[in-house]
Amino acid sequence: MPKNSSACSKAVPSVSIQNMDFDAAQEYAQLRDSGAGTGAIATFTGLVRDSGDRQDVTGLFLEHYPGMTEQVISDLIVQAAQRWDVRKARVIHRIGRLPLQSQIVFVGVCSAHRGDAFAACEFIMDALKTSAPFWKKELTDAGEHWVEQKASDVARTEGW
Amino acid sequence: MSEQSLNVRFFARLREELGTEHLTMPAPAGQTAADLLATLAKRGGPWAQLNTGQPVMIAINQAMAKPQSAVSAGDEVAFFPPVTGG
Repeated sequence: MPKNSSACSKAVPSVSIQNMDFDAAQEYAQLRDSGAGTGAIATFTGLVRDSGDRQDVTGLFLEHYPGMTEQVISDLIVQAAQRWDVRKARVIHRIGRLPLQSQIVFVGVCSAHRGDAFAACEFIMDALKTSAPFWKKELTDAGEHWVEQKASDVARTEGW
Repeated sequence: MSEQSLNVRFFARLREELGTEHLTMPAPAGQTAADLLATLAKRGGPWAQLNTGQPVMIAINQAMAKPQSAVSAGDEVAFFPPVTGG
């Protein structure tokens, strides 16, 4: 285990794209195991909610571009580690058909201090939404439709 | 993949509306991604949307690219709608 902070700020990206659900507690436990220099862990979990572009959403279907998606997210983690102290980072994104309240995405970042952990976690999540090749379809009782990209999401990413 | 062709992929709404996931297209020298879109748009019907100014994102060999980016023989060129993950 590296002992000086410069050595461990080169976080190795850990990215999983999967159909299956994930255990956030298990992911947190693995993030905790990032050395005595870690003083802060920030995590974000995104869930399927019942309203989006339309009301009465009953679930989502997520498609991705295999290979490119993993590479784009790994690059975002590398970018985050160049801007902030990032000792460990983990991203999980689910694909396929997801019912209401399912977990969709997990981002976890370990840093020495909370400012870096919050910022890196939020940056990775914001940039993922506008640059990782995923597409969401909302499912309703009346049919299904592809979700449109939001100008507010693009603005958030540009803000970084 | 032959020396003179490239592989085109479509995702999400574009894949559904074009009814096409993969295509092999000629790869003439000096071709850009915009040229390739214009060629595909000439197929008419749903393909015409590729040349109407509606946003189409472009990736070349799985890295984001621009309309003026060159596309060459052997490349994997992907066209898709703005992304909506997370």
